[in-house]
Amino acid sequence: MATVTTHPYFKVESVAGHTDVPHAEKERLIGQVFADPRMPSYLYGCYECGICVAACPSARFYDFSPRRIAQAAARHDVELLFQQLEEDVWECSQCFSCLRCPRGNNPGGIITIMREVAVTNGLRSAKVALEGYSRIIYKIMSTGTQVSPDMLQPDAFPDWGPEVKDVSENLSLWRRALPPETHHTTSTGWDVAESTILELYVIWMETGALDMIKEVDSGIHMILEEIMEERLEEEGIEL
Amino acid sequence: MSDAVGVILSKKRSFERTPDRRSADFHEELFALEAAGELIVQRVTGDYVNVSTKYGLPKKIQKGHLWHHKSCGQCGHIPGYSTSIFWIMRKLGYDYSDPRDQTSCTAWNYYASATSNQAAQAAVALRNFAAANETGYFPLIHCGTSYGHYKEVRSELLHSADLRAQVRKVLGKLGKEMVIPEEIVHYSEWLYAMKDEIASARILDLSGVAVTVHPACHYYKLVEGDAIYDPDVYHGQRTAAVSGLVQALGADLRSYSTFFDCCGFGFRHILVQRDFTRSFATLRKIEVMKAEADPDVVLTHDTGCVTALDKSQFATQAHDRNVGVPVMSEAQFAAISMGAHPFKVAQLHWHSTNYRPLLEKMGIDWEAAWADFQKDLKKLEANEQQYLTWADVGV
Repeated sequence: MATVTTHPYFKVESVAGHTDVPHAEKERLIGQVFADPRMPSYLYGCYECGICVAACPSARFYDFSPRRIAQAAARHDVELLFQQLEEDVWECSQCFSCLRCPRGNNPGGIITIMREVAVTNGLRSAKVALEGYSRIIYKIMSTGTQVSPDMLQPDAFPDWGPEVKDVSENLSLWRRALPPETHHTTSTGWDVAESTILELYVIWMETGALDMIKEVDSGIHMILEEIMEERLEEEGIEL
Repeated sequence: MSDAVGVILSKKRSFERTPDRRSADFHEELFALEAAGELIVQRVTGDYVNVSTKYGLPKKIQKGHLWHHKSCGQCGHIPGYSTSIFWIMRKLGYDYSDPRDQTSCTAWNYYASATSNQAAQAAVALRNFAAANETGYFPLIHCGTSYGHYKEVRSELLHSADLRAQVRKVLGKLGKEMVIPEEIVHYSEWLYAMKDEIASARILDLSGVAVTVHPACHYYKLVEGDAIYDPDVYHGQRTAAVSGLVQALGADLRSYSTFFDCCGFGFRHILVQRDFTRSFATLRKIEVMKAEADPDVVLTHDTGCVTALDKSQFATQAHDRNVGVPVMSEAQFAAISMGAHPFKVAQLHWHSTNYRPLLEKMGIDWEAAWADFQKDLKKLEANEQQYLTWADVGV
């Protein structure tokens, strides 16, 4: 039997869409993944049993496998992990069905950390995955609620059926027809107090979460930074 | 049937906890940190129900005086979901707070885009917990993802002094204390704990209504030990949240083989890659339910699951697939069975799948109910009143 010499998990160049970088850069990026304080409790080794793959929704429709992620991490395979960072991690559904792992691994958690590294470093995969997503980031960071009623536009959700158009056309009236006093909003999920939003701005700025998006979407970062700094200054809140 | 298969099936029919996988009781660390002056534990107060979690640890579910940690997705585009939770609480006579001093957990965005980090997520959670503690009301979490994420955050905080220091510094800037509630409680746990009171208030006969349940991943897969299990519900082999209430309401609870599968929501996918969500939600969930259980309704207990399972069916129908079953939360279903208005309270007109045959089966004249709702809308349009109120819906 011939010896297999090519890496069975590597995507060939014609499939992989990312640009290669020097090994030292891969070491730097993967080093950030392993430096995350959650990593030791997310990875204990892998039997290759495939239970995580059987439970994984993304594995059914993409060239994606939580087992391959856990395996690469367990072997500290920097080359493969870098490719996964650029090719695979955004396919994950983050449902955490893979926590069924008999070894207690958390492939979904490893992917969360890898995604953070992809975002912070402005990798191609993060930019592609978050194309069209900027509005959501803007909404959650600036208002404290994510999916607002006025986002339900028929041109954005034609596949959700004619009811989306009904909601959109009747939005203001239908929101007034909601008994909870906090629900009469159209641009946020509920009426969030202004002082609460300011506290959220402090959190985004103090924890570095706001700056995470600088590399992946500089435009949204600039807008959000301006809004937050201006509002905090108006209120005399110093960081 | 082979002996081996027989052994496996007999195990599935009995309720046996597996001590080797038992998770530690987080309360020990929580109270130790409180004793060390590191944090404040907001205690369960007043009447509560003791329920059992996966490995047999008790969990206290406070009955009233609750601080509703709302869900951005529910309030944003399934508003009958949160309205029904509030309505049931009012109907049963329990007081609550519906705060404005609350942000989303922001975890939908975190799991979708990773544009946040561990410290930020923990600070958001603890800012909300501190806000709840300031009011004296005990937090009740509406969203399955918020609930699962907060359980993760709690675990990370209890095990990491560094993270506690980071979060304490941020909270200090906000003038807030570090508070973790004695229990992190999902609304579906409250409904489960209150199931007998809810069943007593039921006015519709549900015995002919076939129900399948989709258990939400973030409810019972994240920090798996802290989720409700009951030997009387699927022999303790699946979480009892939702299914336990369905049984108590007397509906025809039906099983299907892909109950463990996720709904396909995907966080990022539901917004910008819906071909995946649609495929998974219909091929692995709705079609399997239809083929194996033929439900009149699919009930679930999370924002994302209602969205993915409900909204994915319209486009799939165009391909002549075996779909077409209404989807809603068990809160909406229970409220309707207790006499809540299907449009004024459950707000079913925000849903995509056809709920009308279900309402007919539940004994509701939906055309009359819709006409009644239209009358209220006319009053709002004419500015005879500004908003529909709780008094308008009988609670």
